[in-house]
Amino acid sequence: MTKIRVVHYMNQFFGQIGGEDKAGIPPFATNDPVGIGNVFQLASNNRYVIVKTIICGDNYAAENLEEVKAKVLEWIKEENPDLFIAGPAFAAGRYGTSCGTLCQAVITELGIPAISAMHPVNPGVDIAKKDMFIVETGDSAREISSVVPKMIRLADKVLNKEPIGGPEEEGYIPRGIRINVRKAKRGSRRAVDMLVKKMNNESFTTELPMPVFDTVPPAPPVSDMSDAIIAIGTEGGIVPRGNPDRIEAHNASKWCHYSIEGIESLKKGDYEVAHGGYDPVPANENPNRVLPLDAARVLEKEKAFARLHNEYPVTVGNVTAVKSAERYGKEMGEMLMSQGVQGVILTST
Amino acid sequence: MLITAIPSVAFTVGANRIIRGVAIPYPVGAPSEEPAEELYIRKCLLERALKALATPISEQTIFEE
Repeated sequence: MTKIRVVHYMNQFFGQIGGEDKAGIPPFATNDPVGIGNVFQLASNNRYVIVKTIICGDNYAAENLEEVKAKVLEWIKEENPDLFIAGPAFAAGRYGTSCGTLCQAVITELGIPAISAMHPVNPGVDIAKKDMFIVETGDSAREISSVVPKMIRLADKVLNKEPIGGPEEEGYIPRGIRINVRKAKRGSRRAVDMLVKKMNNESFTTELPMPVFDTVPPAPPVSDMSDAIIAIGTEGGIVPRGNPDRIEAHNASKWCHYSIEGIESLKKGDYEVAHGGYDPVPANENPNRVLPLDAARVLEKEKAFARLHNEYPVTVGNVTAVKSAERYGKEMGEMLMSQGVQGVILTST
Repeated sequence: MLITAIPSVAFTVGANRIIRGVAIPYPVGAPSEEPAEELYIRKCLLERALKALATPISEQTIFEE
């Protein structure tokens, strides 16, 4: 039985170092499997041997991606493994972004196959899907035991250069790549069959899903700042003490708006972080670090713009479904426009 | 316009006017600095944000320093 030498990348959480408080740790490597690495070895009947595990904090990787990439590529080059495994990252955005970026670099720069697994809305998907197979997962690590065998099956096919079927059949996220296949019935026949089914209200499967366009044309610039009402807002979950509207720490079901009329600066204790996806200590200490009210007041006094809007919109962008986020953004925009706001400064954590 | 520590993600999801913030847990903060210096850093970021809001663009733009 041929052993497959694997380098495995994971974040500080799966690396069993800690949670958000450890998200700032720089990358380090160990020559043993860690956590899920053992599951990969077992599920492959020990054909997969993790020869190196690279662990990096989510914040460190997201903020220093080029540096982390260079370091990881160097380690992988030294090890020259048969396969690179990153994640699974599920719906974790920072983790998925680093997994996608690293896999793409390993494939294109070192020519070593890579595999990962994520939820389809993870921003890491768009970074790497054209270059690799990313196994589709749900949004939670609960399904780890079913995801690992899928990753192994797909990785084996890639390594053995076996033919790989379509996304639904193999369980990976569609890559936006088309290949020629021969069908028993010609196109016109299949189209008419579909049309008849549609007219009879029966279910049918389209052969060409329409792309979803979510690009927004850039807004025109604010023409005269001295006359403009400017608003500040955030997806970083800065809320009044006690989170009165109970915005969820994870996959928020709502956005809210609160008055900042007559307030010069967000005081510690009066405002707090409701977001469950980043270390809340710095912003609980000084909420202006996420919602910059104090500096906006200074600029208002200096007449950098006419007036700061007296309300701020807020939600929690943590594993929040893109569809909900789009709706919140649209509703925030409509509210602010109806109140005469001409420009918005949003912060994102 | 958006201030974020991860401009690449903002770009992927379609934000149009983007400025790189300081760090994920404090996009407009600098906890290691003295309060006055931190406020100054925050003010400078907002000044750049206002400038981005006043700049005509035809496509997604990351405004560098």
